[in-house]
Amino acid sequence: MKTDDLIAMLGTNVEPVDRKYVLRVVGAAVAVGTLVAATAILVAFGFRTDLTTTRAFIFLFSKLAFTIVTVVLTAIMLTKLARPGGERRISIVWVTLPFAAILLLAAVNLALAPSAHWETMIVGDQWLECLLSIPIIAIVPFALITWAVRRMAPTDLRRTGALVGLAAGSISAAAYALHCVDDSLPFVALWYGGTIVLCTLAGVVLGPRLLRW
Amino acid sequence: MWAPEAELKNLMLAGLDGDAAAHRSLLTSLSNYLRAYYRRQLGRIGRSATDAEDLVQEALLAIHTRRHTYDPVEPLTPWVHAIARYKLIDHLRRTRTSLRDVPIDEAPDLIAEGDHNDTESTHDLGKLLGQLPEKTRRVIECVKLEGLSVAETAARCGLSESNVKVSVHRGLRALAAAIARERQQ
Repeated sequence: MKTDDLIAMLGTNVEPVDRKYVLRVVGAAVAVGTLVAATAILVAFGFRTDLTTTRAFIFLFSKLAFTIVTVVLTAIMLTKLARPGGERRISIVWVTLPFAAILLLAAVNLALAPSAHWETMIVGDQWLECLLSIPIIAIVPFALITWAVRRMAPTDLRRTGALVGLAAGSISAAAYALHCVDDSLPFVALWYGGTIVLCTLAGVVLGPRLLRW
Repeated sequence: MWAPEAELKNLMLAGLDGDAAAHRSLLTSLSNYLRAYYRRQLGRIGRSATDAEDLVQEALLAIHTRRHTYDPVEPLTPWVHAIARYKLIDHLRRTRTSLRDVPIDEAPDLIAEGDHNDTESTHDLGKLLGQLPEKTRRVIECVKLEGLSVAETAARCGLSESNVKVSVHRGLRALAAAIARERQQ
């Protein structure tokens, strides 16, 4: 095939391009993923039933704040990293900020509490449910966001994969927060943070395979 | 900022708005830069330049089918360079070259020089089109080879116009994928 023939072919009947396509498609995948994850948690476990105290409200709010800030930051980074050369324009260290914040708060919380309480604060009641639910519920948002990013052209597949996993994990954690009754910052830091990191690692491993173009 | 950037970016922006002549002219200019770039890069690592034209065409297809990933507030050259380099690394990985051999290069290297010789690749368009599903192939032939409008193609193939547009887009991406597969074998 001659290159000029290819160019003639590509240059015939050129359709206008939607300039907001990347934002729209990544945004839609994140939104639909969030809806699916929230629905799955509410159907499987139901909304937390003990939302009667101010303390419960504050913890629900903190868990949602931590996870949703991470989702939004990651989604913004993804719209950059999904484009060729995006990894040269931004640094993904920004997405670690919510994790640094929650770890710091958890450390302060532990330091102020008597050490006899530490085990309950860290292990909580439902650590196993949390450990299993977040990665499993993350599968659908992961697939949706992967589908969206595959229509783009990331050139750093590991980093982009990491962000896909991070977004999916934090969406799933936000949904799980609607049900979770373990109200302690060290619990959130360890089990939410840990499972989100697991999802991120899955993204690092799968990225080069799933996002190739 | 060097001279070709502004000119290429204007062509790209016009092409994104549906200006076919600008888009063709952009792809023609880029093909010359890409050819020189790939020959230089393959030469530097002691690989024969015969693969250069295959890579030029893969990169052009990628640039065309993924042009929605270009952010108009950014300069164009780094975007094209990132695609060109990604395709080079992908090619070398598939043909099992140590990636440590890939020289480090920056966006200005892409438009350092142009080349317009020996522009035939080993890809066989007829054979590649033959791998596409019947409907997609017919739509590509009508719209992209015979130059019929989307409306005319829709009428001839008995499809809706939006269906034709989707088929063209999907077909070009399938073509790019077919080329990638062919190279893997």
